[in-house]
Amino acid sequence: MEFGFTTAAYVVAAVLFIFSLGGLSGQESAKRAVWYGIVGMALAVIATLIGPGAGLWLLSLILIAAGAVIGMQLAQRVQMTQMPELVAAMHSLVGLAAVFVGINAHIEIGRVAEAFATAGLPFPQETYGSLIGPAKDVAAEFRGFAAIVAKKTAVEINILRVELVLGVWIGAVTFTGSIIAYGKLAGRVKSTAEKLPGGHWLNIAAAAISAICLIWYLASGGFLPLLLLTLAALFIGYHLIMGIGGADMPVVVSMLNSYSGWAAAAIGFSLGNDLLIVVGALVGSSGAILSYIMCKAMNRSFISVILGGFGGPAGEQMQVEGEQVAIEADGVATALNEADSVIIVPGYGMAVAQAQGAVSDLVKKLRAKGKNVRFAIHPVAGRLPGHMNVLLAEAKVPYDIVMEMDEINDDFPDTDVVIVIGSNDIVNPAAQDDPNSPIAGMPVLEVWKSKQVFVSKRGQGTGYSGIENPLFFKDNTRMFYGDAKQSLDKLIPLID
Amino acid sequence: MKIGTPKEIFEGERRVAMTPDSAAQLQKLGHDCLIQSGAGEGAGFDDAAYKSAGVEVVKDAKALYEAADVVAKVRPPSEAEVQMLREGQTLISFFNPAGNKDLMEAAAERGATVIAMDMVPRISRAQKMDALSSMANIAGYRAVIEAGNNFGRFFTGQITAAGKVPPAKVLVVGAGVAGLAAIGTSTSLGAITYAFDVRPEVAEQVESMGAEFVYLDFEEEQQDGSASGGYASVSSPEFREAQLAKFRELAPDMDIVITTALIPNREAPELWTEDMVKAMKPGSVIVDLAAEKGGNCKLTKADEKIVTDNGVTIIGYTDFPSRMAAQASTLYATNIRHMMTDLTPEKDGEIDHDMEDDVIRGATIAHAKEVTFPPPPPKVAAIAAAPKKEPAKELTAEEKAAKELAAFKQQTKNQVTLLAVGGALLLAVGLVAPASFIQHFIVFVLSVFVGFQVIWGVAHSLHTPLMAVTNAISSIIILGALMQIGSGSWLVMILAAASVFMAGINIFGGFMVTRRMLAMFQKS
Repeated sequence: MEFGFTTAAYVVAAVLFIFSLGGLSGQESAKRAVWYGIVGMALAVIATLIGPGAGLWLLSLILIAAGAVIGMQLAQRVQMTQMPELVAAMHSLVGLAAVFVGINAHIEIGRVAEAFATAGLPFPQETYGSLIGPAKDVAAEFRGFAAIVAKKTAVEINILRVELVLGVWIGAVTFTGSIIAYGKLAGRVKSTAEKLPGGHWLNIAAAAISAICLIWYLASGGFLPLLLLTLAALFIGYHLIMGIGGADMPVVVSMLNSYSGWAAAAIGFSLGNDLLIVVGALVGSSGAILSYIMCKAMNRSFISVILGGFGGPAGEQMQVEGEQVAIEADGVATALNEADSVIIVPGYGMAVAQAQGAVSDLVKKLRAKGKNVRFAIHPVAGRLPGHMNVLLAEAKVPYDIVMEMDEINDDFPDTDVVIVIGSNDIVNPAAQDDPNSPIAGMPVLEVWKSKQVFVSKRGQGTGYSGIENPLFFKDNTRMFYGDAKQSLDKLIPLID
Repeated sequence: MKIGTPKEIFEGERRVAMTPDSAAQLQKLGHDCLIQSGAGEGAGFDDAAYKSAGVEVVKDAKALYEAADVVAKVRPPSEAEVQMLREGQTLISFFNPAGNKDLMEAAAERGATVIAMDMVPRISRAQKMDALSSMANIAGYRAVIEAGNNFGRFFTGQITAAGKVPPAKVLVVGAGVAGLAAIGTSTSLGAITYAFDVRPEVAEQVESMGAEFVYLDFEEEQQDGSASGGYASVSSPEFREAQLAKFRELAPDMDIVITTALIPNREAPELWTEDMVKAMKPGSVIVDLAAEKGGNCKLTKADEKIVTDNGVTIIGYTDFPSRMAAQASTLYATNIRHMMTDLTPEKDGEIDHDMEDDVIRGATIAHAKEVTFPPPPPKVAAIAAAPKKEPAKELTAEEKAAKELAAFKQQTKNQVTLLAVGGALLLAVGLVAPASFIQHFIVFVLSVFVGFQVIWGVAHSLHTPLMAVTNAISSIIILGALMQIGSGSWLVMILAAASVFMAGINIFGGFMVTRRMLAMFQKS
């Protein structure tokens, strides 16, 4: 940090980033908050380019511009239903970048050491910062990061190595983990939880290899242990996320988000860049909190989700009695025409069928008739936290009728009609009734307490978690089979 | 198996236990159907209709009892009918086993199996054969129609050129199946309907049918209907007093009173006393659906319609379902058909009388020469008992203060422990690590804290934008790449360049997507 200006710019940028995250507490302030983030980022990049950024700023600008073109294209083309995939894919970029930067740091140390060796000088230095005589001349040949490295003492070099290893390791886990998460969300990788034979032992072995490589690397400073460690981390990222079922992807995505932050922070340490540390820590802790909030909403322990999804059922699950009764669009329309209060519970099925527009039309029609229509959003509906809110917002559903679980759960007994669109586990009464159910204890939307429930569903199959849902067999439940969008399109003209 | 239905011999009974429709369904189960000639006439089904449905028409009852393996009828059998039963034969009918002990024993002695339709347990699975409910439903509907027939005014209020008509006020006492059916009919005719029941949990059902539930100002543990299989039980004298006082208050206002209060195996409770009848306006109507069991009103005469001195009509008919014989027969025959479906699980025309089955066991009152009444309680509770709520104890001021203090102490302890451990760790690191590291470390720890504090406040609906923003911000890694790109080594340069490029994608992609998302949120 030779330039006071750069440091000052970093402080401003850090404050802007904090404002940016804090501003997301409300819909209106969030719009402002994004601008804080953008300005903060611009400030940080510019300050680095003209400050410690050593040369080649033209190339840097060109590369950023190229990235910008691709990024903007992606952002504009993506369907809102594909948001989870996009976020996961972008995390992988951050992870890979962290790996590269970490490896670069390693190479730089090597180069500096070599230069000192050719000059016949000891490296690292015994005291920090004050290079004397010939060492100063050697160090002067280096710019940017290498110049900082040249001034470090032995202890500092070792700490530097630990830091860069951490950065590389977390970055690598994030990279493969995000790619697998992307694959699962995009449907390119099977969404069920799968493990290679050996299960957790493979992960533990890979972690052990990483630890050994770290010690080896500290002792030798060679490239081979670093490479092995990176490979082990890549494997862990792959295997860890493969072992987590699709239903847990919201937690995974937010967890990977957290990882990418920690990787940035670790790199920040090794490069001695405070802004990297600050922002990395912000992102890391926010991702961790978000994962924690989501796990609490599912009543699952964070550890068990990360280590491999659902546990097995604890005992015999309750048998479901009765049969699923199907109904056609006209039956649903009659009930809706007569109802005064309606609650819609959307789930991933709505996203898959791209039915949010149709849902919005239905709501508009019902509201025009003076009916009280609201949405009940379970914290883990969809594949990303807040996924449903984003989709409904896209379809121009006003956000003040979109309720959270806690706000609306007590209102179900007074509700005439509940329409469940493509959600399953989040409305499963077994979570409350059946202590042996795999989702026992998970808070659910108590839709079955309403007078009538319609479930729009593609077929009789079970949901993502593969659990039978007793709701579908209840006396006040009717199954409205078919693709959510087509079903709604049939339904809407029948509402008068 | 042959299923036969004789003509009802009870006077005025017009229902029949088999309709051409139900016969067709029974045949699908592999059974043959017989009917006594003229059995369906009262309900509007002639012999020809049965014949065309493939039912064999038998001349008289004797021939029918001889030919049939299963006799299905409506009313409890007379002594003569019981004498016609033979060993191994099954009789399905209403029976009232508690009041017909002798007949039940006689039937058991003869070796016949008797299934009493009025003993079908009230569990969800057995609803399709719950004949009491289907008959009660008809009785409730018909009670309102009879009341309307004897009531000289409109049900609904109207304002016409010829003057204003006030709406009729209807009180339904007892919100069982019959009561709820009466409420539904009455509200749909436009009357202002009130309803009362000793089971407070039915208030919701009453309100769902559009009537107003009459609450008592009564402070006692109210009875929970689920303990008695969904039926009412006897209430305490104090409760009864409170109830009668409420009725006395309502009586002068009511135009039509429909009482349906029955307690299983008991005389009907007296709920509408003489003085309440006297308080009513002339022209008012009382329909007493409990007339068969003595009536909820002591003035009621079973099977008769009387008019009191002050001009109140009291209807005590006991044959409401029979008055709608076509509808009642259709429903009853369907109940019988469902019972047969359960008795013939293989659909091969062979009856498997499974005494382990809750429903069949509950309804069977005589089997294999033995009286099997009363049945053991069903394994499945009819209605889940509402869990008793333990009222939260009112804490005294001292207790509250003590609790708060304890909570505060606990919190302090946790925080101090956390700080002590954290501080110690930090100090330990500080002992070995060089100053340059500690400087950065402080920044790191503070940032983590800021992150924690800031994120707790983020709205749930904004979690996806939050993730997109943090994703964009995490491309701050670009700074690291920028610092390295100018290094002399070409390898470093290439890797750094790739990192800058990727981070660039992320920055712009992340922020753009967030902006797109947030732009969509709007107020209504």
